Amino acid sequence: MNSSVIVFPGSNCDKDIAIALEKLQFQNKMVWHKDTDLPKSDLIVIPGGFSYGDYLRSGAIAGKSSILNEVIKVANDGCLVLGICNGFQILTETGLLKGVLLRNQNLKFIGKDVHIKTINTENKFCNKYKKDQVLQLNIAHNEGNYFTNKDHLKELEDKNLIPFKYCDKNGNIDKESNPNGSINNIAGVFNGKKNILGMMPHPERMVDQIISNNDGINLFKSLLN
Amino acid sequence: MKITNAVVEKHGLKPEEFYKIKELLGREPNMLELGVFSAMWNEHCSYKSSRIHLKNLPTKGKNVIQGPGENAGVIDIGDDDAIIFKIESHNHPSYIEPYQGAATGVGGILRDIFTMGARPIALLNSIHFGSPEHPKTKSLLNGVVSGIGGYGNCIGIPTVGGEIKFNKTYNENILVNAMAVGHAKKDKIFYSKAKGLNKSVVYVGSKTGRDGIHGASMASAEFDKNTEDKKPTVQVGDPFTEKLLMEACLELMQGNSIISIQDMGAAGLTSSSVEMASKGQLGMELYLESVPCREENMTPYEMMLSESQERMLIILEDGKEKDAKKIFEKWDLDFVVIGKTTNTNNLTLMFKNKIVGEIPIDALTDKAPIYDRKWTKTKLPEKKTQIKDLKKIKLEDALLKILSSPNQSNKSWITDQFDQMVMTDTVQRSGSDAAIIRIHKKEKAIAVTVDSSSNYCKAHPQTGGKQIVCENWRNLISVGAKPIAITNCLNFGNPEDSKVMGELAECLLGIKEACEFLNYPVVSGNVSLYNGTNKKSINPTPVIGGVGLITNINNKINQYLKKDKNIILQIGKNFGQLSQSVFLDEIYSITDGPPPEVNLSNEKNNGLAVLKLINERLTSSVHDVSAGGLLLALVEMTFDSNYGLKIDKPKNLSNLMEYYFSEDQGRYLIEVDPNNLNKINKILVENNIYSEVVATVQKDYFEVSGELKILKNELCKINKKWYSNY
Repeated sequence: MNSSVIVFPGSNCDKDIAIALEKLQFQNKMVWHKDTDLPKSDLIVIPGGFSYGDYLRSGAIAGKSSILNEVIKVANDGCLVLGICNGFQILTETGLLKGVLLRNQNLKFIGKDVHIKTINTENKFCNKYKKDQVLQLNIAHNEGNYFTNKDHLKELEDKNLIPFKYCDKNGNIDKESNPNGSINNIAGVFNGKKNILGMMPHPERMVDQIISNNDGINLFKSLLN
Repeated sequence: MKITNAVVEKHGLKPEEFYKIKELLGREPNMLELGVFSAMWNEHCSYKSSRIHLKNLPTKGKNVIQGPGENAGVIDIGDDDAIIFKIESHNHPSYIEPYQGAATGVGGILRDIFTMGARPIALLNSIHFGSPEHPKTKSLLNGVVSGIGGYGNCIGIPTVGGEIKFNKTYNENILVNAMAVGHAKKDKIFYSKAKGLNKSVVYVGSKTGRDGIHGASMASAEFDKNTEDKKPTVQVGDPFTEKLLMEACLELMQGNSIISIQDMGAAGLTSSSVEMASKGQLGMELYLESVPCREENMTPYEMMLSESQERMLIILEDGKEKDAKKIFEKWDLDFVVIGKTTNTNNLTLMFKNKIVGEIPIDALTDKAPIYDRKWTKTKLPEKKTQIKDLKKIKLEDALLKILSSPNQSNKSWITDQFDQMVMTDTVQRSGSDAAIIRIHKKEKAIAVTVDSSSNYCKAHPQTGGKQIVCENWRNLISVGAKPIAITNCLNFGNPEDSKVMGELAECLLGIKEACEFLNYPVVSGNVSLYNGTNKKSINPTPVIGGVGLITNINNKINQYLKKDKNIILQIGKNFGQLSQSVFLDEIYSITDGPPPEVNLSNEKNNGLAVLKLINERLTSSVHDVSAGGLLLALVEMTFDSNYGLKIDKPKNLSNLMEYYFSEDQGRYLIEVDPNNLNKINKILVENNIYSEVVATVQKDYFEVSGELKILKNELCKINKKWYSNY
């Protein structure tokens, strides 16, 4: 499977995701933001970090960059797109995903392991997980507080477009287990066609037992499936 | 403008120092030259008060590639790998503007690391605040923590460890020390020594602004009545630009165009150009009109003294400008040739084709003043407090009070604001005795920790200096690392006070003794003096940052209990020494008496024996006994674990408090399988190590027979309470 990781000035999880992809045998290419051609890819990853310093608003400038126009084109044609953390923020800025990521409710950067529950596993990104499985992933963000309007929220819930919700270690989805104030404990969302996934937790940080755990591996294995 | 006594004083120079400047130049300096002298001769750059004491520190060893004197120290960790690291203070700026002060402290130390060719792989910090009740403490704490996080998180380097302490001695002078650790290839290390004549001197990075122009310099009316709107003396950091600068520099370093490179840190363009020329025994000519400026009409004085962040000076090989420029353009950074090396041995400053300043380089460096300041010895205080004379307290009450005290509380309120995992090589995050970072794509790792014990240093500086090196060494051993070398940040008060000067001299003596005995050389460091307010100096606070090596990452270990019915052995002797302990301070507010004695020979034997047990996989967790004593160390082993402990009562010591809370040094707790006990005892006996069984692992409860029995999860909650209520 061919993957491309888009690198912006200020991206800082680009190498981490590349390591994870290569570990899982993806044929990966790094794509510099000034490049105008996107290599032929089955998967495009927009990595975490602080693209363009997150000036103006996180993800805002990257969302307007020329390479993103290319990403939007192929995404609309059905190419798989994964935005992690800043990548998720960028995807909402482009409109590929609806909703916004507000500042964390406690107004602080949050860097820690959290639990998330797999809500929808019938899609390209999560088919290797069991439904209602509790995963432990790491989050590291200032703006991960997902918000969207009532109608869209209803659509997300009704059409099963929420793959992950924050929960406690026993799988309870409640206020206490919500690290950043996200509406309905949302940790990741799909577009309508479920070929675009944005998520705040970092699956690429959980593919190596010696530093953490392997809870992120099945996301990449699902994509290979 | 005329240079009056007041002008000299505002530049932080003494009248006799000004006289020496005139002597060295053979004339009066102009204002620009005076500014350059003040920047180079200040305590921060010249180490004029500390130098004669620093030179006694052991700085060599078989793993040392580069000791003090460069941007950072370099050690060999085998194969073709080198680790480059240093700690630095940003105390005064952080008190004035906590967010930016702390952030630029992180930025500055990172540049010291990547200037030498290392990709930074870890950040640590040691932060000290005044008493929690002091009206400024809360906002300073908030600002500093978010500043440290703001910079490290954005640039994408994990902040993996640190320490925080509260003490009223820092009420009006907080300490913010940042340490950075980087990894480089041994044959790709870059130095600041200039080489060759007529080589291009290149300015890269951010533009120069008026921020950070020396606080002691001409900030206001005296300089120019019309430029009232000068920016504050605290620099403003931009981690995004630093990220670009780091990537650009590391990319340029792949090739062979760099002769030498130096970051513009304290004293900016002045110190970087002077240091490069001085090390190469060359002169340097700068064309200041070429310096990229952020603001209009900046004068040569301002350019030379600006401490704008995220800038570097590079001396390039002939004909490499074009290729190098391409890299910096890719990263949208300035790249301008602003000068060249000369054979004049002078720093020659040109502005619009006119010489505006000319100073012999050695006048700024080798001939800078060095002081052998008066210092007095601190007598070892006598032990006054006898536990039997104090009002009795129940063991449980004492433990709970200590566990919920600010200094012993769980620090996750702080560490949760840091990205600890970016770069995906953090094997052990903060919370255990030391953090562990894997060397990328290798089976080995380094362990890193920072430590200080200002109360011990205050009570008896020499013992305190020794103790803190030992504790640092012990923390590395406790995660399975062989300690290799240290960096130190010496935070002291006013060196013109002979008592303070004595504290510095004697702490250094203690550091030297311990480092020599443990083969633990000092490879880099920083001195921060004049910490204090209203003529009251802070407690002496040397901070030690240590780096150790774990050759086989599978031998790493942490402090958290692993298995029911395992046994806890205490390595090292408990003498029941309570003076200067957390217990006496927290429970009785008693802070007199001597610090615990440091026996270097026991320290070394015990440590090496524990390391041997770890490497033979005979222990499943290890924790050192430090501030708070045995009982607190035992509680800490239950955190992040599924188990509690059943603790035996002392067999020999009569007083429970002395037994459980003494801070006798050189001690470890190790968790062992009862089946291995004979084997372990044999090793310990062979090595003359004192040990005793102190507890047994059990489910759920933390229990001291007949004294207390609490759910260990409850203790965990109590330990987390303080920050959430602050």
